[in-house]
Amino acid sequence: MSGLRGYIDKIKPHFEKGGKFEKLQSTFEAFETLLFVPNKVTTQGTHIRDAMDMKRTMIIVVIALVPTILFGMWNAGYQHHLAVNPEEPLTILQSFWIGFKLVFPIIVVSYVTGLAIEFLFAQIRGHEVNEGFLVSGMLIPLVLPVDVPLWMVVVATAFAVIIGKEVFGGTGMNILNPALTARAFLFFAYPAYMSGNEVWIHGLMKGEGVVDGFSGATPLAQAAEGNVEAMPSVQDAFLGFIPGSIGETSTLAVLIGAAILLYTGVGSWRILFSTIAGGLVMGFIFNAFAVNEFMSIPAWQHLFLGGFAFGAVFMATDPVSAAQTRKGKYIYGFLIGLLAILIRVVNPAYPEGVMLAILLMNVFAPLIDHYVIEGNIKKRMKRAKVKAA
Amino acid sequence: MSKITKIKRGLDIPLAGKAEKVIKKADTAQYYAVKPIDFHGMRTKLMVKVGDKVKSGTPLFYNKLQSEAQFTSPVSGEVVSVNRGERRKILEVVVENDLKYEYEDFGAADPSNIEREHVIEKLLQSGLWPVIRQRPYSVVANPKDIPKAIFISAFNSAPLAPDYDLIVKGEKENFQKGIDALKKLTNGKIHLNLNADYPPSEVFTKAKGVQINYFTGPHPSGNVGVQINKLDPINQGEVVWYVYPQDIIAIGRLFNKGIYDVSRVVALTGSEVKKPLYYRTIKGASISPLVKDNVKGGNLRYISGDVLTGTKINNEGYIGYFDDQITVIPEGDYYEFLGWAMPGFNKYSVSRSFWAWLRPDKKYRIDTNLKGGERAYVMSGEYEKVFPMDIYPVQLIKAILIEDIELMEKLGIYEVDEEDFALCEFICTSKTPVQSIVRKGLDLMRQEMS
Repeated sequence: MSGLRGYIDKIKPHFEKGGKFEKLQSTFEAFETLLFVPNKVTTQGTHIRDAMDMKRTMIIVVIALVPTILFGMWNAGYQHHLAVNPEEPLTILQSFWIGFKLVFPIIVVSYVTGLAIEFLFAQIRGHEVNEGFLVSGMLIPLVLPVDVPLWMVVVATAFAVIIGKEVFGGTGMNILNPALTARAFLFFAYPAYMSGNEVWIHGLMKGEGVVDGFSGATPLAQAAEGNVEAMPSVQDAFLGFIPGSIGETSTLAVLIGAAILLYTGVGSWRILFSTIAGGLVMGFIFNAFAVNEFMSIPAWQHLFLGGFAFGAVFMATDPVSAAQTRKGKYIYGFLIGLLAILIRVVNPAYPEGVMLAILLMNVFAPLIDHYVIEGNIKKRMKRAKVKAA
Repeated sequence: MSKITKIKRGLDIPLAGKAEKVIKKADTAQYYAVKPIDFHGMRTKLMVKVGDKVKSGTPLFYNKLQSEAQFTSPVSGEVVSVNRGERRKILEVVVENDLKYEYEDFGAADPSNIEREHVIEKLLQSGLWPVIRQRPYSVVANPKDIPKAIFISAFNSAPLAPDYDLIVKGEKENFQKGIDALKKLTNGKIHLNLNADYPPSEVFTKAKGVQINYFTGPHPSGNVGVQINKLDPINQGEVVWYVYPQDIIAIGRLFNKGIYDVSRVVALTGSEVKKPLYYRTIKGASISPLVKDNVKGGNLRYISGDVLTGTKINNEGYIGYFDDQITVIPEGDYYEFLGWAMPGFNKYSVSRSFWAWLRPDKKYRIDTNLKGGERAYVMSGEYEKVFPMDIYPVQLIKAILIEDIELMEKLGIYEVDEEDFALCEFICTSKTPVQSIVRKGLDLMRQEMS
């Protein structure tokens, strides 16, 4: 590696102040630090530092997403095949290959768009490039339907990065989760491509060679229409053999990711478990009053359906847009779970409520924190008064 | 048995290079320094010039902003240099040891039988007053204040920290005399805080006139700030004083013998020390006799103090005024190819994102590499894992950054010091310089309040 290092050291002066390409310094730095952890040493404060940094944090989340990506690719191919030609079974690899060809371009487009904007902003501001988009760029494809046109991915990613993040000051300053911002943008701007029964499986929108009687509706859409009998088995829902957004269908794959996040300490178990608790509580409330069939779906089955698991593990736990205090995290997560199931079951306009529940709580997170901290302040003031009295 | 306070949030960083519990007499150092930069809020006014002859206890300089306390020479000899930094700020006043060990005579006295004013007078003159510091702000105590309590932490929980029980061995009388002197200074209690995990030295447990409290748990359980927060938190307008055990012994010697005798034991620690041991030396001594031929090769960082809060010095630098530990670790000025993506079997992290958790008992050789770039806050809940006080650390830091005095006050700035945030800085994923931010906040508060 000394050759590469030597080359970097040789061209480095051009990118520093006074060099030929001084304007590209952030870009150069981003690539340099990607290749080599820099030789900077501590100059003030603690003399040693924990080995964890932002790059490592983000890469851990991406690793945790890998099972859902791989499963999503396979499932895209598998669902497509079910729709057009269920008679002739495909091998796992064949299904995966069909899905890969559909999903991979979306991932590439999302990364290229988002990173280009991130680099541009870092350059203008004279900052180092932030690593936050490494995760957002992967999350965006995973919450989209497989047939989403690539130009929409570009528009949505640009919207999410610029309006959702950079206008607030970049990674760490945003109020809303960027990936969900992208999805919400598409959901409201191009509803025809983001909802309905045709969008979830490749080929359905063009109507090509679909077998008779195949609906393509997600289980939740079925349930919302009252077709609870048409719901897939619990096992299929858990493993993910159902239509849906690319990465959300398999609860099992999401759970593997959750295990990685929790074990490494990157994801907040407080938010995760309280979200699940909130979802279960709302589910139980509906079970108790079950006036229609949708309400009578057992509470725990809700956790396997739609984007609940994916949202709880990868979206709700986003540390920037979530509540920051310990108590706040419990409240924040619990309300996400509660609202997600509430919207899902009660509101006929949105067959899935997780996205809106998380975005809504993103907005409320600072308020929750404010009251938690206010509690701490009051305690301190009271102590001072007791002393003074 | 006194109450045991359990500290749950914290971290003991498993560093290699703990000192073996053997005290050796150090070779006599030629040079000694008193460093104004060891104190906050100083405007130094010299009282000697280069070439002056001094004895142990002869004043070298004072603080123009608080002129009562003098800072005196630790040995007898000649003032050989005054080292200055930016804008001619005085960094160190260096005295060459003449090996005669002459002392100024301040007169022995029994502090229990003399007035408070006389106790204070003796401490101010001899140069021992600056060992007494106050919270809030961690500055030298103001002799006009009467503190609500005095806190002594009789154990150090910092990484590789010296064992105070070993250090105070045989100093029972001096320690008790020092306590007697401190007793005169407050109307409140003197809290002597011990570690509940092992039986502490009799010097501490048999001390009279103190309230003994026990603490257990990881660092920062030995930080006096944490102990104050748990036992008797500081409210606005209140002042608490704190002193380190070895300095109490020096106070004891002053009253027993009438001299400024600041000989002390320091621990030489760190992964790059060949034989980490305890050494008997004198406050302010150059570390060169300790580290000469006793460190491994390579580019090294010498620290007076521990790795979290210590001061960077060079291999001929001087032991800091409040330090009883020298740490030597490798510098981290190298590039590492794809370091952030490697499994990292040798990398220590609190998070389990490196594979090193496979070997929980491993002691680490951690270098000074920053290990990443500085970023905006992204992760939340990190600081809370190692910050045991009932304070929201990140919110307080943000209040300091926007210089909101009222909010800082509400969030508890009076109760904290930089050192209480050292672990937060260590684990920070965003590599935020937390301690210097907290110091800025404390300085700002002090300016506003005075």
